[in-house]
Amino acid sequence: MAMDHLERLEAQSVHVLREAYREFKSLVMLWSIGKDSTVLLWLTRKAFFGHCPIPLVHIDTSFKIPEMIEYRDRLALEWNLNMIVGQNTKALARGDTFPSGKLSRLECCKALKSEALKHTLSGEWPRQRLDHELEKYVTDENQDPYTGVIVGARADEEGSRSKERYFSPRDKENDWDVSDQPPELFDQYKTDFAPGTHVRVHPLLDWTELNIWEYIERENIPITPLYFDQGEGKRYRSLGCYPCTTPVDSTATNVSEIVEELRGGKFSNIAERSGRAQDKEDEGGLETLRRDGYM
Amino acid sequence: MTTTLEQESTPVAVVPEQERTMSIVMIGHVDHGKSTVIGRLLADTDALPKGKLDQVREMCRRNAKPFEYAFLLDALKDERSQGITIDTARCFFRTKKRPYILIDAPGHIEFLKNMITGAARAAAATIVIDAREGIQENSKRHGFMVSMLGIRQISVIVNKMDLVDHSEDHFKQIQSDYTDFLTEINVVPVSYIPVSAVNGDNIARRSEAMPWYDGPTVLDQIDGFDEPQDLVDFPFRYPVQDIYKFTEQGDDRRFVAGRITTGTLNVDDEVIFHPSGKRSRIQSIELFNTPDRTSASAGEVVGFTLTEQIYAHRGELMVRADEQQPHVSTRMRVNLFWMGKAPMVTGKTYKLKVGGLRSPVKLVEVIHVLDASELTTVTTKNQIDRHDVAECILETPKPTAFDLENEIAPTGRAVIVDNHEIAGAGIILESVISDDSTLKEHIQAREFSWRTGDIAPQERASIYHHGAKMVVLTGAVGVGKEELARALEKRLFYANFKVYYFQTANLVSGLDSDVGSEFRMEHIRRLGELARIFTDSGQIFITAVTDADDYEVEALELLNQPNEVLVVNMGDSSFGKYESALMLDANPDTKQAVKQVCQLLKEKNVIQQYAI
Repeated sequence: MAMDHLERLEAQSVHVLREAYREFKSLVMLWSIGKDSTVLLWLTRKAFFGHCPIPLVHIDTSFKIPEMIEYRDRLALEWNLNMIVGQNTKALARGDTFPSGKLSRLECCKALKSEALKHTLSGEWPRQRLDHELEKYVTDENQDPYTGVIVGARADEEGSRSKERYFSPRDKENDWDVSDQPPELFDQYKTDFAPGTHVRVHPLLDWTELNIWEYIERENIPITPLYFDQGEGKRYRSLGCYPCTTPVDSTATNVSEIVEELRGGKFSNIAERSGRAQDKEDEGGLETLRRDGYM
Repeated sequence: MTTTLEQESTPVAVVPEQERTMSIVMIGHVDHGKSTVIGRLLADTDALPKGKLDQVREMCRRNAKPFEYAFLLDALKDERSQGITIDTARCFFRTKKRPYILIDAPGHIEFLKNMITGAARAAAATIVIDAREGIQENSKRHGFMVSMLGIRQISVIVNKMDLVDHSEDHFKQIQSDYTDFLTEINVVPVSYIPVSAVNGDNIARRSEAMPWYDGPTVLDQIDGFDEPQDLVDFPFRYPVQDIYKFTEQGDDRRFVAGRITTGTLNVDDEVIFHPSGKRSRIQSIELFNTPDRTSASAGEVVGFTLTEQIYAHRGELMVRADEQQPHVSTRMRVNLFWMGKAPMVTGKTYKLKVGGLRSPVKLVEVIHVLDASELTTVTTKNQIDRHDVAECILETPKPTAFDLENEIAPTGRAVIVDNHEIAGAGIILESVISDDSTLKEHIQAREFSWRTGDIAPQERASIYHHGAKMVVLTGAVGVGKEELARALEKRLFYANFKVYYFQTANLVSGLDSDVGSEFRMEHIRRLGELARIFTDSGQIFITAVTDADDYEVEALELLNQPNEVLVVNMGDSSFGKYESALMLDANPDTKQAVKQVCQLLKEKNVIQQYAI
């Protein structure tokens, strides 16, 4: 029986995930709670026969929509996930944020996401780990750096992402040298690294926004209801922090209506992240953030 | 809310249309206009995001640069400033027929490895040639690379026809010249298309300036490419990516994981793992959140459980017992493209990746190096320089399982890693059957120059009252190898035998401290050299090797020559074909096991019948 397009995408992602798990000892996956990284989490369960042997890291900016956090912890308990949460507690304590008026949107992203991520991965800042018996977060004793990071970036989101590889090395400063990306061919990826190299793994590189929703529909993946219209004619198309994320006009109330909406070309000429205000601050907003380690 | 949090939800069958994305790589010499062709194609098929064209035009105006369609693709600031496409940019786009990923591969030779990445993902290729400049070095080199990567559908776009007055003769001349070249490398292009990308002629609409041309437009052509076929009608091949057991999660199943590259496998089929030669049978086909099934085919990433628990390893190639078997050999003849910064040289150890296997590999011989642009061959080189295409012989320390690329392509392709980087890519042309191996040559040379004192082996044996022997205990982790080794050493020692139990862990911190853990065969080699010295001194040399396989024992036997090796297997056999001298249960009664090994030493005349 010939495979359909979703099965092919699924197969490629699963292959990449297994390769990452095989090659990296200190591997984590970023889970933003959004649709893409939740699909990634589901694909991990596909790859490992219902299990998720890779720890998940969530960077909590404290400005996430509350339902997202509730949804995260519900799934983490139910699917027996090794859940790790990091935060820039110092910046938050000082009030160095955009909503407080002290930082621009981009500076806020850099502080609460890029910096928090960098130091959470390196183990320099404390990590909170979900204790499944206590059903609450406790300080994680493990301070070892994570050098392999799986992220849900897709190539169709933004110009800068179309240059990515499935396995993409960063140096210690998380820098990304676009002009020196490793070759990938014959289902072989760059999996050999000098000590200290950090690697981003992108299993969703070939997926589009529509593919993500088609897959959510087919697999019946639980997804946060923030993506659906709650009766006000608006829904979130891309989830971020509430001060910088605006919903789009849509009356889609469930997954199949979103699939229909996308297939109908409703958003075909509007960038998916158009509701994310930080992207608009300079010509290459996301590009600048990516170089600084933003996902 | 319409979602559930159920653990195992039933998949809903929703595949309204067969939406298969086709990847097409656009290649060509620098400045021949690939990016312009793509930009124009996007603009003329309304595939651009709203306002994007105006935004780029506006930016060009602000920066006082003339607008170019190529700028549309150059999404990064860096690139615009340099005016070239740095990496393989992928561009999502759709026509009425289907969705596409257009891959814009850079023309500069420094970025050839990016072009390879792009081309390796593609089902078809278009080669853009500047009508005015004609065929240039990369027009040839790229054509050659694409054919080597296995892309069979190639269309040639002759661009900038407006600069040659839309001349049919000019077009025909380029067509004729390039066809001559492609014929030499066995490529038959599906079409030649004269275009002017700047004016949009023959991109998405027919050109009025070239009424003499009645072939397809670029848009017609890409819609006309055939979809790549699944390789179902080939022998079953499954490179084992990993073996999983999730015991901590309360799951006792042992999964073989990978992706089926060709063929079909059914529950109950007998399978063989190569190169170990181990056999088992398929018990079940596994994938999370999918209905039960009895067969799986090429492309799928299902896992398998086996009826008999054998110790197959990741990196092995699982095939069906009733189909064509792969080649298993230490030497292969390959066509190799080298992109490494340092040349590939003989004597150095590289890493070979073929299927799920990673193995050390050496370049044994350069047969010839092909200058891809001139198609001339050089037979005098003994190294492979950057951007060379070379036919050469590679050797792995242990036999490797593979196919020939022209028979079963996916398992006939390999990459070579040098200094952490994928530096070479190749297709396997032939399995080289030869009695020669680097190891055999080494041992011949070693024995030729081996010197000892004045005491002959027979004299030692007669004084010691026993012969020399290497005793290898093997089996999985936790079968009691060390316990037996200790007891055996003690028993023999106090019976006045010259015996030494050497723990292989000592190698890692001592003799082998310069060898990484991934070079297992190098550890084996040094262990064998050490055994050669110990047995030459007349001793009984005992050691334990976890999960030794046929080839490792063969290497130890070679290395320990002229003395012999006695292999005792504990628990499940770790061998494919090799027969151990003694099979013991896992964690046997130590006293009884020592007795059995001593009995064996007697039978082999290592120790005298009455001595113990």
